[in-house]
Parts: sequence; C-alpha cells; structure tokens
Amino acid sequence: MSEIRLSGLVKSFHGPDGPIHAVRGIDVQIAAGETLALLGPNGAGKSTTIDMLLGLLEPDAGTVSVFGRPPRVAVDQGAVGAMLQTGALIKDLSARELVTMVASLYPAPLPVEEALELTGTKEFAGQRTDKLSGGQTQRVRCAVALVADPELLVLDEPTSAMDVEGRRSFWATMREFAARGKTILFATHYLEEADVYADRAVLMAHGRVVADGPTNEIKAMVGTRTIRATLPGVELDELAKLPGVGGVERRGEAVRLSCSDSDASIRALLAEYPHAREIEIVAGGLEEAFLELTGEGAPGEAGQTPGAAGEGSVGASYPTAGTGAS
Amino acid sequence: MSSLVYTRYELIRTLRNRRFFILSLGFPLILYLLISSSTRHVHNLDGTGLPASLYFMVGMASFGTMSAMLSCGARIAAERAVGWNRQLRITPLTTRSYFRTKILTAYLVALLTLIVLYVAGSSMGVSLEIHQWLEMTGLILVGLIPFAALGIMLGHLLTPDSIGPALGGGVGLLALLGGTWFPITGSGFLAELARLLPSYWISQASHVALGGRPWEAKGWLVIAAWTVVLSLLAARAYRRDTGRV
Repeated sequence: MSEIRLSGLVKSFHGPDGPIHAVRGIDVQIAAGETLALLGPNGAGKSTTIDMLLGLLEPDAGTVSVFGRPPRVAVDQGAVGAMLQTGALIKDLSARELVTMVASLYPAPLPVEEALELTGTKEFAGQRTDKLSGGQTQRVRCAVALVADPELLVLDEPTSAMDVEGRRSFWATMREFAARGKTILFATHYLEEADVYADRAVLMAHGRVVADGPTNEIKAMVGTRTIRATLPGVELDELAKLPGVGGVERRGEAVRLSCSDSDASIRALLAEYPHAREIEIVAGGLEEAFLELTGEGAPGEAGQTPGAAGEGSVGASYPTAGTGAS
Repeated sequence: MSSLVYTRYELIRTLRNRRFFILSLGFPLILYLLISSSTRHVHNLDGTGLPASLYFMVGMASFGTMSAMLSCGARIAAERAVGWNRQLRITPLTTRSYFRTKILTAYLVALLTLIVLYVAGSSMGVSLEIHQWLEMTGLILVGLIPFAALGIMLGHLLTPDSIGPALGGGVGLLALLGGTWFPITGSGFLAELARLLPSYWISQASHVALGGRPWEAKGWLVIAAWTVVLSLLAARAYRRDTGRV
C-alpha cells in the first residue's frame, strides 16, 4: 500500500479544567508523491495529528498507516523524516558534524554534502550549532530531516520563524525534494503557503477536518476579504450590487462588505462613492472562515472577536510577501 | 557500524564541553597534585597501610569518574530541553541504543579520567604490579555502574539549569561520605553509612595494593543493590517523561 492513511483518529489530554479534546475523529489519506497542507488556526489539532502520524503519540482511538506499516515501523526503517514545530539543535558540534551524526542512524541516507547543498547550509556548515542565527538553525533542522532521504517528509509549521527570503529558499528546497517523488505533509496557518506549495489542503478546526480538496477550491472557500469604510447614508442594497461583494452590513456610519474579489469591489466602490473614508481591507482570518464552515458561530460574531481579527491580519501580511518573492 | 559514528560524535561533544573538563579532569587532577605533593612522604595513611599518593589517586579518580558518569545525565537533560530527544525518536535509533551510547560514552570519558590520574599518580611515586592496576581499574568501573543509572534518572527528572548544582552537590556529598578526602576507618555511624555507599567501594579499590581481596562480599552487594534500585527508578523517570508530550 503506497499511501498514508489516518483513520478515525481521536486524542484527548488532561487539562486543568477537564479533558481537552485535541483531535476528535480524523480521516485523511495521502497518496505517495503528494504534497499535502494541513491547514488550520492555532489549536486546531494539527500538531497532535502530526505527533500521532510520527508515532510520538499513541491515539486514544483510530489507526495510522504509513505506506502500509504502523508509524513506529516506518520510522525504524528510516522511511520518515520530520521537522518538528519546536526544537533547537544540540551543542558542541558543527552543523556538518550534527548532520553526519544523524545520517549515521539511517540505513540509506543522502550523502551529507548533498543534504547540506540542498538546504543551503554549506557555507556555514563548519560553524558550531550554537553560533548560528535563527534562520541558519532552521536550515540545519531541515538538513537533519532531509538527510534521512525519507519517503515521507513531515514539517510542522516549518516557516513560522523564517523571514521572507528564508521562506522562499525553504520552499524552493521542498519543491526540489518533492520532485524526487517524495510525499510531503506540512502544517501551516498561512492559506497562501498552502495554496502555492501544496497539491491538496486539509482544513482542520477544533480537532476535526472541515474541508479537504485541491488548494484552489479551498482557497475559494475561505479566501474572502472584508472591506470596511465610513460611508453614511448609503443604501445597503446598492452596495450589495457592486462586483465581487457577497454580503453587506452596517455598523453606525460604517459599512462592512464581505468580498470574494476585493480588488474588483474596491475599484467599483471608489468609482461610485468617492467620498468613502477610513477604508480598510482585511483578509478573512482562517479562524473566521473555519467558524463559518463549521457553523459554530455567525459571521458577524466572528468578525467582532478581537482575537480572530488579529489572526486575520497576521495571516494577511505573509501572502503578499511570499507570492511576490517567488 | 552506524552506532560507531554516532558514539564517536557523542564522545567529541563531551570532550568539547568545558564543564566536563573542569569537573571530571581538571579539578581532580589539580587537587591530587596539591594534596599528594604535601603528603608525599606519608607511607601509611591513617593506619590504612596505604601510601597517601595511592590513596588520594584513587580518591580523586573516584570523584572525577563519578562526575564523568553523571555528566551523561546533564547531556540527557540538555537534549530534552531543546526537544532533541523527540527528534531522535523519529529516527531508527532505538531507546536501547540511545542509552547504550550514553553509557558507553560516559565510560570512555571515565577511562580517560583514570588514565590521567594514573599517570599523575605514577609521577608521585605510586607503584603497583600490572595485575594490581588492572584489578583496581576493574573494580572502579564496576563501582561506577550505579552512577550510569543515576545519571539517566536525573537527566529525565531535572532541567539543564538545576542538574548542574544537583550533580555537583551529589558527587561532592557522596565523595565526602564515601571516603574520597580522608580514609574511613573504625565502626562509628558514619563509617557504617559509608559502607552502604557506592562511592566508598570505589575508593576502596586502592586496597589492591595490600594484596588479598579489596572488596568483601558486602561491597558487591551494595553495588548490585544500588544498580537495581536506580535502574528501576531511571526506567520509571524515562517512561514518565516520554509518556507526556
């Protein structure tokens, strides 16, 4: 069986206020050679799912099969490489020595120099690991995962500590690795990252899969933006007729337009209503989109949650930079 | 031969660590040179029948080697703190070989400490038959087994910040009560307590110079008991640590 199968996975933890249901029943299949994004806001259960996929956590219920084997067996055979969400490097070794040390544990590793080359680690490979910058450390962690030459590469929010240039070269490396026929699963809360680099995205929220499909479909589902503007005395019905506008509401003198194509909407809005002031365009946060998809909150409520709005603007700042650079 | 490469880098890491050098090599060596240069002429230390140069050579070696063994705990704690143990669990390295490597490295380092102190001892006039050197070394290495388990246990219980003082204090106390700094003789409470400590029996290895058996049956029993108890506790600490994520 040349695929990865997560069936009926459930995992809870003991919390101070009773059990925390991190994963509440997940079914996902990943074909060999596929690049899959596990997309979801913080607390969606992505890391817990990844820990179970890697055999670091035992599920309460359900099974994991990695190319037809239990995760522990696949790991022992050297078929799995991973860059975990948290983790630093051990000290008292150079980057090259550390990668060599890890490579020695695998039955058929990549040549160390090739792993260093692939991850752009070569020029500082002679330095001690505790002398490296944050970005360099991430590259060495990536080399540690890749040197196994694994069939399945798992990356848990790999770019969260990287700058724009770091992200660009990181994903270039991943593309090269995927082109060798490897299966890649990565967790992210950046919609654009999933859109650009994955074949398929699985959306998670509150421990469940809320959508699973090709990334362009997923993007269309959750990729709405909101235009806010101060615009007194305008008929909401008129605003709703503007191109790209899906929904309209009024808050005092301000209006909020939910747009599937905010570029077209803003052009039309300014052409028709040049006196509109205090205009803001905010990308719908994943949290917001997921609440709509899961039906656990009305869109209006979600928009008012300060946390959700903040998450949205953080998410929105990345895509512009990421897609512009690639 | 993959585990050879892995062990080699573990050893390199340990030898590059400054704290290890100070505690396991520098400190015992300097102390030995200081103590034995002032007691060179003492040929029967406190009625033990042993020259001071020999007694303190083994005493300081016990201090240095106990530190060397426990330093594997410091490395485990440091690896846990940065999440490296989780990274290793997604490699084919088994738990068994992880610990085997840690213990092997600790023993190699302990051997280095022994060699350095033996050389220093010889320069201070310690002279033994070759079979006596070997027997003494063997007893010291056996006496160190409980310390491998203790290191692994503490490595899974403590943080890198707290493990330094814990190891330093623990080794210091065990050395003091076990007779590293002065011979323990007689039958008082402290002497009875000392005979229940593994550190006492490591120091006691210097008695090879007197001929006969340096360890009575009690020595073997004490070492075995500490090894069993500490191994069980170490296994428990390991399971508790990895069960939680």
